[in-house]
Amino acid sequence: MSSIMPRLISLVAITLLAACSSTPPAEPQVYPEPVFEAKRIVPPEVIDVTSVYDPWEPMNKRIYNFNYHFDQWVFLPVVRGWRAVVPSPARTGVHNFFENFRDVRSAANGLLQASPTKFFQSIGRVLVNSTIGLLGTIDVATSMGMARPDEDFGQTLGHWGVGTGPYLVLPLLGPSNLRDGVGELPDFALQNYLQGDLLAKPVRATTFLFDSIDTRANTSFRYYETGSAFEYNTVRWLYMTKRELDVEK
Amino acid sequence: MFARHVVAGLSLFLLASFASATATVENYGYPLTDRFVATVVGTPEGLEPKLPTVQQIRFKKQWLNVFPDRQLPDLLWYGQEMIYSVALQDHPAPLIFLIAGTGAAHNGAKNVNMARAFHQAGFHVVSISSPTYPNFVTSASKTGVVGHALRDAEDLYRVMEMIWAKLDDKIDATSFNLTGYSLGAFNAAYLARLDEDRKSFNFRKVLLINPPVSLYNSISLLDRMIQNIPGGEDNFGQFFDQLVKSFSKVYKQEDDIGGDFLYKAYKDMDLKNEELAALIGVSFRMSSTSLVFTSDVMTDFGFVKPKGLVLDRYANLSMYNEVLRRVGFTDYYHNFFYPYYKGDYPDVTRDEIIAAVSLTEIADYLRGSEKITVMHNQDDIILEPGEIEFFNEVFGDRATIYPYGGHCGNINYTENVAHMLATFTQGAQ
Repeated sequence: MSSIMPRLISLVAITLLAACSSTPPAEPQVYPEPVFEAKRIVPPEVIDVTSVYDPWEPMNKRIYNFNYHFDQWVFLPVVRGWRAVVPSPARTGVHNFFENFRDVRSAANGLLQASPTKFFQSIGRVLVNSTIGLLGTIDVATSMGMARPDEDFGQTLGHWGVGTGPYLVLPLLGPSNLRDGVGELPDFALQNYLQGDLLAKPVRATTFLFDSIDTRANTSFRYYETGSAFEYNTVRWLYMTKRELDVEK
Repeated sequence: MFARHVVAGLSLFLLASFASATATVENYGYPLTDRFVATVVGTPEGLEPKLPTVQQIRFKKQWLNVFPDRQLPDLLWYGQEMIYSVALQDHPAPLIFLIAGTGAAHNGAKNVNMARAFHQAGFHVVSISSPTYPNFVTSASKTGVVGHALRDAEDLYRVMEMIWAKLDDKIDATSFNLTGYSLGAFNAAYLARLDEDRKSFNFRKVLLINPPVSLYNSISLLDRMIQNIPGGEDNFGQFFDQLVKSFSKVYKQEDDIGGDFLYKAYKDMDLKNEELAALIGVSFRMSSTSLVFTSDVMTDFGFVKPKGLVLDRYANLSMYNEVLRRVGFTDYYHNFFYPYYKGDYPDVTRDEIIAAVSLTEIADYLRGSEKITVMHNQDDIILEPGEIEFFNEVFGDRATIYPYGGHCGNINYTENVAHMLATFTQGAQ
């Protein structure tokens, strides 16, 4: 973690700088009017429901582009290697192990949201999976039909009325917003603290790596694959809507 | 030339109405008897056949560089290679091509379910996106302007030949077969016709699932559905917002989206038929929005993007998205497709080109072609009243018309999947 993060950050920074400096200055030029033009077609009073507050769009689109390239050259090849080398039951075990920490995160955030239901459901899962489930590697709780709240600090902030702020595409992590992006930090700190307490040092150093690989392996989204020029807009709207519903949930 | 075909098609159409014998469906158990509900909800959980997962059939993405010399506009830089999927057998087996419906991908839900069923039944499966899917437009459409029955078939045939060239030394195909749903079924009919001349595949069996008769009629119907939004198209925002709110109510009670979620959501939301129709219209509009913009950028036609304006990959596109949400697919046909193809066929009239994009145009071929069968629904929402008769008249007992199912709502229903498989497995070697 400590060694790859700064390198990644500088890599992102270089990509962004390079992209910015190559943007030519806008020249005023007159184009023929297209067949359908916004001024004629869209009545001014109409609200675009899919519009999202995105003042950082130029930067976000560059990070979106960076994430695609990182996927192509690093992330997805590693995921393929992971799938090829580690047998499926072991991958499931690793996945469950990390999910168990996410249940701790949900419990903590359930508490912060003053929701006994979310807290007890999550902590119940952690207790069952950490014991009968052999340190979280087997998801006994789900087999027993226990509900699984998925709470994070972004939702906790939302629960107490903090607005989302601008849309934000995070390097490697993808769609987010200012509130949820900030929320990643305490969640990450909590996980680090717990794993620091539980795991031997050499194992701890690699957990961030394996957690990332596991997360990517379980996310089917592929940048640009819809081929639609509006993919960025659609993903942005879907993300913001889903988070709104998650906060209400 | 077009007019002659239309007249020929029409007279055959009229003649055929004297002799019709459709395969009848009795005791059909598909539960959703409302055409709009069926179209939106599909097949409720538990009524689908048990099929292997995509991992089990090793359903894998593949990439194909169809036009290596193509220079894509920067905005569409990622669209050079066509993406498709395969699920292969490790022994000699019949091969089936699946063509997706309007705006749908090779790995969309319907194609994936068909792939699972056909692979389990022992087929090599090759799944291809619709020519109306943006990735197909950028990578595999020769002109970048789709919706032309013959040219779309030629584009598809080209990629099918290229895919087979790649697979030929890896697998042994005992026969070639073809199916598609919705617009994909329409494409399949034209592909079968084209194959009679080109003979690369000599398709053994072809199944058309819920095809339109006249593409223009179906598009008009779908375009008009968006007008069902309470208060009209200008209330798109409020309608959508309300929909999301009622959706969230169901979401809060459910652990995950998937499986029966849509069915539960539908039951809980208590949507009226007009609202369901509006929802179908909105979803159709969303795919047409992406398609039309892709074509506009590919050809620099000047439809919504001013001609000559170069958009780079980071350009803000919200305005074009917003404009296109208010432009119907029929507008595309009249103000883009027609003027674009008029360049190639200067004598053709608007009505002739519309009439040419139909199954009526090749009705005489379809009538005589024993290998082609049809699976359709009496209450399909993409057909004008009476259009379903075309299938009875042209295909006779090679058409099976189910009483319910709307548009492809029953495509995953156990009985329909069994029908699909039986079409291809009967008499197969």
